[in-house]
Amino acid sequence: MTNNTVLQVNDLKVRVGQRGHELVKGISFHIDQGEIFALVGESGSGKSLTSLSIMRLLPNALQVAGGSIVLRDTHLFRLTEAQMNDVRGKRIAMIFQEPQSSLNPVQTIGDQLKEVIQLHQDIAASEMNQKMISLLEEVGIPEPAARLKWYPHQLSGGQKQRIMIAMALACEPELLIADEPTTALDVTIQRQILELLDKLRKSHNLSVLLITHDMGVVAEMADRVAVMQYGEILEQADRDTFFKNPQHEYSRRLINSLPGMDHYLSANSQDNLLSVDGLKIWFPKKKGILQRTVGHTKAVDDVSFSVGKQETLALVGESGSGKTTTGKAILRLNEIYGGSIRFDGQEITDLNRKAFMPLRRDIQIIFQDPFSSMNPRMSIREIIEEGMLSLEVGQNEQEREATMQRLLDRVGMLPEHLNRYPHEFSGGQRQRIAIARALAVNPKLIICDEPTSALDVSIRGQVLDLLRELQDELGVSYLFITHDLSIIPHLAHRVAVMKNGQIVEQGATEQIMRSPQHPYTQQLLAAAPRSPLEHAS
Amino acid sequence: MIKPVILWSDVLIYLLVISVVAFLIQLRKRPQTRERWRSVFTSKVGMVSFVVIAFYVLVALLDSLHYREALPPSGEGEQTTAYSSEVKSVLDVVLHNLHESNEKTYSAPFAIYSFAKENLEADDGSIYRDYPRLEHAGKHLDDPSERTGDILWRTLVALMTGLLIAAVLIGLHKYVLRGSDGDNGIPWKAAYITIAILSMFTCWVIQLSEFYHVMGTNKVGADVMYSSIKAIRTGVLIGTLATMVTLPFAIILGISAGYFKGLVDDIVQYLYTTLSSIPSILLIAASVLLVDVYIETNAEEFNLTILRSDFKFLALCAILGLTSWTTLCRLLRAETLKVSQLEYVQAAHAFGVSHGNIISRHILPNITHIILIALVLDFSMFVLAEALLSYIGVGVDPSMHSWGNMINAARSELSRDPFVWWPVISAFLLMFTLVLAANLFSDEVRNAFDPRTVKEGN
Amino acid sequence: MATYIIRRLLYAIPILIGVNLLTFALFFMVNTPDQMARVQLGEKHVTEADIEQWKAERGYDQPLFINSEAEGMGTLTQTIFFEKSIKLLAFEFGKSDEGRSISADIKERMWPSLAVSIPTFIVGILVNICVALLVVMFRATSFEVAAMALCVMLLSISPVFYVIGGQFFFAKLWALVPISGYLPEEPWRFVLLPVIVGVIAGIGAGTRLYRTVFIEEANKDYIRTARAKGVPELTVLFRHLLPNGMIPVLTSVVVIIPSLFMGSLLVESFFGIPGLGSYTLDAINAQDFAIVRSMVFLGSVLYIIGLLLTDISYTLVDPRVKLS
Repeated sequence: MTNNTVLQVNDLKVRVGQRGHELVKGISFHIDQGEIFALVGESGSGKSLTSLSIMRLLPNALQVAGGSIVLRDTHLFRLTEAQMNDVRGKRIAMIFQEPQSSLNPVQTIGDQLKEVIQLHQDIAASEMNQKMISLLEEVGIPEPAARLKWYPHQLSGGQKQRIMIAMALACEPELLIADEPTTALDVTIQRQILELLDKLRKSHNLSVLLITHDMGVVAEMADRVAVMQYGEILEQADRDTFFKNPQHEYSRRLINSLPGMDHYLSANSQDNLLSVDGLKIWFPKKKGILQRTVGHTKAVDDVSFSVGKQETLALVGESGSGKTTTGKAILRLNEIYGGSIRFDGQEITDLNRKAFMPLRRDIQIIFQDPFSSMNPRMSIREIIEEGMLSLEVGQNEQEREATMQRLLDRVGMLPEHLNRYPHEFSGGQRQRIAIARALAVNPKLIICDEPTSALDVSIRGQVLDLLRELQDELGVSYLFITHDLSIIPHLAHRVAVMKNGQIVEQGATEQIMRSPQHPYTQQLLAAAPRSPLEHAS
Repeated sequence: MIKPVILWSDVLIYLLVISVVAFLIQLRKRPQTRERWRSVFTSKVGMVSFVVIAFYVLVALLDSLHYREALPPSGEGEQTTAYSSEVKSVLDVVLHNLHESNEKTYSAPFAIYSFAKENLEADDGSIYRDYPRLEHAGKHLDDPSERTGDILWRTLVALMTGLLIAAVLIGLHKYVLRGSDGDNGIPWKAAYITIAILSMFTCWVIQLSEFYHVMGTNKVGADVMYSSIKAIRTGVLIGTLATMVTLPFAIILGISAGYFKGLVDDIVQYLYTTLSSIPSILLIAASVLLVDVYIETNAEEFNLTILRSDFKFLALCAILGLTSWTTLCRLLRAETLKVSQLEYVQAAHAFGVSHGNIISRHILPNITHIILIALVLDFSMFVLAEALLSYIGVGVDPSMHSWGNMINAARSELSRDPFVWWPVISAFLLMFTLVLAANLFSDEVRNAFDPRTVKEGN
Repeated sequence: MATYIIRRLLYAIPILIGVNLLTFALFFMVNTPDQMARVQLGEKHVTEADIEQWKAERGYDQPLFINSEAEGMGTLTQTIFFEKSIKLLAFEFGKSDEGRSISADIKERMWPSLAVSIPTFIVGILVNICVALLVVMFRATSFEVAAMALCVMLLSISPVFYVIGGQFFFAKLWALVPISGYLPEEPWRFVLLPVIVGVIAGIGAGTRLYRTVFIEEANKDYIRTARAKGVPELTVLFRHLLPNGMIPVLTSVVVIIPSLFMGSLLVESFFGIPGLGSYTLDAINAQDFAIVRSMVFLGSVLYIIGLLLTDISYTLVDPRVKLS
């Protein structure tokens, strides 16, 4: 241990209860002064447990089973709880993944900031306000003096994360733990928060333990990297070595999950399958004693695009842009206020429930969250068969059974999985089942609503590959709804960018990715994590 | 010669038992549900409380097989007090020791002297006031000082008999289980111990009641233990039947409000807000009063006391149910709103699945945990409510055995000097055991079925 | 805010009408005044004339909805429906079947009710919150297990037994307070025992409920943030957990505040408190339908006020909620 080392973790073990299985199986690493050390892993790798162990904030059910953590020359596990409270917030500070829920909702920003300062520093009441204002200024909160009296819900997600950072920095900690600090944020906000962290790191000579699953973030921010899987550190190295020459197969898979931006699919379809023209989805705003409609919330306002046969259109936007609402409206899962949707030449906006039934065979959907898109009480057979029965696909039981087995086989699952239940499968497997379910009724168009964003990065590529292969085989078209620009070159022929319910720009993928015209598109592209290989070189 | 009497409440309770059994068989096909139930029974508390509840239900079922005895030819000994208009149940046969040895008035548990002094005639013909010996209890004792030894000896014998019966039952169970894979985590031992205790208690009550009143006698000299045990049927039935009345309202209205939204939702919300705005105890009291009026004006239809009390009892169950569905309805509406936003319901819409199928296949199975938890909680709530209502005087018919009626009587009993404590204690113990078992069981059901607690447990 | 309250008050109208119709149907259509009279007069040997006289004295001799004999508005107003139901909406409770003014009775009897119910309510909440906080503080220890087991037991005891037990031990055995009764001059002596009994009877259910709320709150992210700031455990409990946990707790109890006027049937009758609870109970036992009807209506009005107060209390304690 050199003088330069801020934190030394030795052979840390965490397990469930007294005799349960180990979730962290003896990991060791150190963090030097002024460096960003990235701990990378997917869900269940034990990376967040590691950070909570450093803070000694593990949930009651878990406990440290062995090892030591030393901050400078303080053995953290030897401190009493009261001594530990002097370390938390003062010597080690932490920011969390969910800015939405990480702040106390009934206390003002000022009170929460003041609390941490009062706990650890001796500051006169007269200087307190000035100190808080300068902190907020530093993390880029506009009108800081006024914001001190605000409640968390009045701030946006990005601003809340800035407040968390201000709270963390308030006492000049020796180590900052950032646990997935940008995962819950939109890409453009993500970028701003990362830039802020980087700036603060330099100005305060901070040591940072950055916990993330995102290779793009690692490539941009980290000085050194450790990859965790199933509670063990597979390898650690400095960033450039790691990206150039990953030692472990799993590391390679993580790195490759970020596709390069140099290969594009070209638009080749002539015939339009779906054309949306001037689509409006407005929700009435009601006010007053009689609840009269006084205006409309325009979730989608005058949106036009088309999807060709055997073509993929990527509908890109951040949360609240109206992209998912648009997708669901095509399936009539939302009420349409105005505009026209034509499918295969047929106007479908004014069809009633019954007349729309045949079209449900042609248009299908894959949802974002594979955990809520399947009824947990139904077997896989019942889940896939339900649509076939309802839409009268397949003549008899044998035929349906054969179709289901063929499809499961095609998406890389086994026929005997039909008798199992959703909870027995991982996220990636479930998403494959969801794809099989959509394909079971032979659709011409599948609306893919962020089908990979809930999946671990190493699985994403596989699911995207599967979707592309199926397109080639079956000639199906995709309307691919996503916030993640990095997967677009992989998949889409054309791109439409949505913001605040409107399409700001659309065109061929290569054109949009290489020479975006609209400033918002440019901003999105700049914010997207770049390929680590590009970055490292 | 006996003639069966079938009361409506008997029919309903047996139908209910049959449908519960059918429901459980149906559930066995669902591996997840089976898994959850298994986790209820792998906890010792769950197992023990289930055995206790099952015991109560068994008593209630035995007490729900009614018949009338033909009048025996006159001059058949002293026990010709049985009237043909008296409706008995199978339970009365089991408890005949308790039932057929009435004293004149109060007597303490295990007493052999009466609670009240009487004018007695001495051997020499003079009249004096003292506590007389009881007519039945301790009759076999020549010398009152033998009482303690006699009680202890008989207790020992009774407990041994109980243990023996329990051993036979447990042995049978082990024999049935023999092929299956060991204990598979189910705490049979706890269940066996509970069964042994219950069996020992039952034998003790039955055997000692032949010679004593184990919980004394009440004002009219009837055995208190007998009344408390007969009250089990009232308690169990009111709990189950009233709960069953709430279910259709809560489920149908709650789900339709949450699923169809809009106008249906408005109507359902209006209905339950209106209903729950009326103080429930007043609504129940008012409705019960009206039932009383109905019975009095149609007295000719209820020629037997038991018919009248049964009608009033069922009416009470219906009223309790009708005024109590709002809470569950509100919960189900909220949960349905949540579930119908989930993506698997949207996926079903995308496949054009009909509303009926979506509700029965997607919504209902995913809100059953709420129904189940409410079901067990409501049960104990209704048992407690019965006591309260009978106490207030708007509960079951005074001729019916119920804990509420016993407690009601306690008002004057406790102000006597020395006070008469045993009826209220007896009612308290039996009622407390049932409600506690139901509450503990509901906790276990909640732990197993509520997704939130399931998550916490991990 | 003002528009919201007005809208809620307007929404209360159909509910009150609904309550009114329901009670009207229960009291006059399921059972006719004739039947009521027969029950009231008790014997089966009453003559028609007796019944008519009984009805006339109490105003039950008019037609239900439409009086074809009266003139003008009288066809509608000289009816049972108007006299006995519509007038309730204007809080004209009329006279009891005994002939006393119900409004006067209510005004007189609400004070003893409040003297018992308000202390019970406040002390009860405070005790429950304290016990629940204590349990949360020692969560995952054997103290929690024992406390929760005790709560289930307390919860499984019928409230009647608390009353009996309280009266028996405190009043009879130890003679600390009078067994029952009430003197307006020195209410506290008579109120003490009912309050204690009321609080103890509520501990089981209350503590369990609040504990669930607090534990749920304790698992939230902002609590972890506070710990990560180095806030000591007790401060976390009182400064962060309690204010947030109080939101659901407060708003769940606000609804019953107006109903405190009604008193408690059980406690008042057992302790001989001359409040509205025992008033109602006496009416039930005497089958005085006029009083029962009035109390049903009053209870509903108070409940609806409680619902409104609940919504308003949200805006007061939770900065996130705005009424619209």
